[in-house]
Amino acid sequence: MTMIFGIPVQALMGQLLIGLINGSFYALLSLGLAVIFGLLRVINFAHGAQYMLGAFVTLLLLSGLGINYWLALVLAPVIVGLLGAVVERTMLSRLYKMDHLYGLLFTFGLALTIEGTFRYFFGASGMPYPQPIQGAVNLGFMFLPLYRGWVVIASMIVCLGVWLMIEKTKLGAYLRAATENPTLVQSFGVNVPMLLTLTYALGAGLAAFTGVLAAPIYQVSPLMGSQIIIVVFAVVVVGGMGSILGAIITGYMLGIVEGLTKVFYPEASSIVIFVIMAIVLILRPAGLFGKDA
Amino acid sequence: MSAPLLEVSELHAWYGESHVLHGVDLSVNEGEMVCILGRNGMGKTTTLRTIMGILRKRTGQITFAGKDLISVPLHKTAHAGLGFVPEERGIFASLSVEENLMLPPKVADGGMSVDEIFALFPNLKERRNSQGTKLSGGEQQMLAMARILRTGARCLLLDEPTEGLAPVIINAIGDVLRQLKQRGMTVVLVEQNFQFAAKVADRFYLMDHGRMKVEFPVSDLPRQTGLLHRELGV
Repeated sequence: MTMIFGIPVQALMGQLLIGLINGSFYALLSLGLAVIFGLLRVINFAHGAQYMLGAFVTLLLLSGLGINYWLALVLAPVIVGLLGAVVERTMLSRLYKMDHLYGLLFTFGLALTIEGTFRYFFGASGMPYPQPIQGAVNLGFMFLPLYRGWVVIASMIVCLGVWLMIEKTKLGAYLRAATENPTLVQSFGVNVPMLLTLTYALGAGLAAFTGVLAAPIYQVSPLMGSQIIIVVFAVVVVGGMGSILGAIITGYMLGIVEGLTKVFYPEASSIVIFVIMAIVLILRPAGLFGKDA
Repeated sequence: MSAPLLEVSELHAWYGESHVLHGVDLSVNEGEMVCILGRNGMGKTTTLRTIMGILRKRTGQITFAGKDLISVPLHKTAHAGLGFVPEERGIFASLSVEENLMLPPKVADGGMSVDEIFALFPNLKERRNSQGTKLSGGEQQMLAMARILRTGARCLLLDEPTEGLAPVIINAIGDVLRQLKQRGMTVVLVEQNFQFAAKVADRFYLMDHGRMKVEFPVSDLPRQTGLLHRELGV
C-alpha cells in the first residue's frame, strides 16, 4: 500500500475529500455572511437558523406536498429569501442608524426565536431526508457517494456564480459601490434601501440553499444551524469580514485542513479551525483576505 | 423671463442638533453657471448636500424644474435631473474607471454618450480598465464629473472641483466647464479658488454663516472686490 508520511494514501485522499465536502458547506455559508456583512454591516447571527429553515422547508415540502428534492433546491431558497426580505424590511432596516451591535443582537434573538419555535413543534431529534441520488463511484482510493460529489459541484457552481454576479454585472457594481459609499450611490438615483433588502434576501437564500444540500447528509433538526454556524463564523474571521472571494476560498481551505487534521492528529480536528482563527487574529487581525482597517 | 430652473428659498438644515443653514435663498436659471463663494465652514458644501437631499433634516422650499424636492427621497432626487459631484470626488476603489463611469443610472435623455465623454476626457479612455482610485487627483475629478454628464442630468452641483489640483489641471477643468456651458448645462459651483470661479461663473453668491449675504453678476465683480477682499481674504 502506498504511504505518505506514514499514512495510507487511501485514508489521506478520503479525508481530503470529506474535508472538501465540509468545505463546500463552509464556503456557501460564509459567502452569505460575507455578502450581508459587506453591504449591511450586520453580523447575521440568524444565518444558522436560515440554513436550518432551508433544510426544514425541504423536508416539509416533501412530507406535506410531495415536492421532490430538485424542486426544493429552487423553492426553499426562494421561500427563505422572501422571509429574509420581510424581516429586513420590517425590522432589521430600522437598526441601521444605530450601533452595529443592535443588528447582531437582533439577528441573534431572531435565531433563538426561530430555533425555539421549531424545537417546540418538531422536537430536538433529527429527522432523516431520503437520498435524492443513490449509488457511489469508486475513485480508486475511496467510494464516493454520488450525492456528496453533487454537493461539491453544486457548491462550487453557486459560489462561482455569486462571485461573478458581484464582480462582473451592473447589479454587482451597485453592490460594491454601495458597500463603499451608500449615500453617494443613492444620490446617483439608485434605490439603496431596496438593494439592502435584496442583499439580505440573497444571503438568507444562500443559507437556505446550503440547508437543502445538507438535508440528505445530516439529519434535519432545529439545532443543525447552531452547530455549524460557530465554525462558519470562525471561517469568516479567518477569511476577513466582507471579503467575498476570501470567504469562498477560506471555506474550502479550512474544510480541507479540518479533514487532514483528522488523519494526522484526530484529537485536534474539532478545534483546528479555532486554533487557526486565533493565530490569524494575532498575526493578521483583518483576516487573510481582509483589507487592513 | 421664465421661472428659474432651481429655486431655493428659506432653506434651513441641521446636522443633528446643530443648526447649520439659516434660511438660504438661491435661484439659478437654466444654462447659468452660478458660483457660491465663502470662507470655510460658512455652509457652502452643506447647501449643495441639502439641495441634493443627502442632508435630510431640512425645511424650506427647493423647487427644481417646477417640482418640489423637499419631500423627495434621496434616490429619487437624481431622477428629477440633479447631479451631485462631491468635494471628495467619491470614486469607488472596488470599481474600474469604466465601471465608475457607467455606475449612475440614466435619469433622462440627452446625456453625453460614452464616446463624447472620452473625447472630452481622453485620459479616462486610456485608463478605462484601471482601478478607479489609481487615477490622479485631476483624473478622479474628471471622472466624477464625467459620470454625471452621462446620466442626462440638467443641473450639476459641483463642490470644489479644483481643490488640491495643479494649475494646468485647473485650466483643463475650466475648459470642460466652458464646454458644458455651451451645451446648455446648468451648474451650481462651490469654489474657494476665486480666480478660477471668476473665469467661468455668470453670477456669484457670497455665503456667510449659513445664509446668502450678497448676490451679484460677473459684470459687477470689479465693484465687489473690496467686499470679497474683506470676506475671503483674496
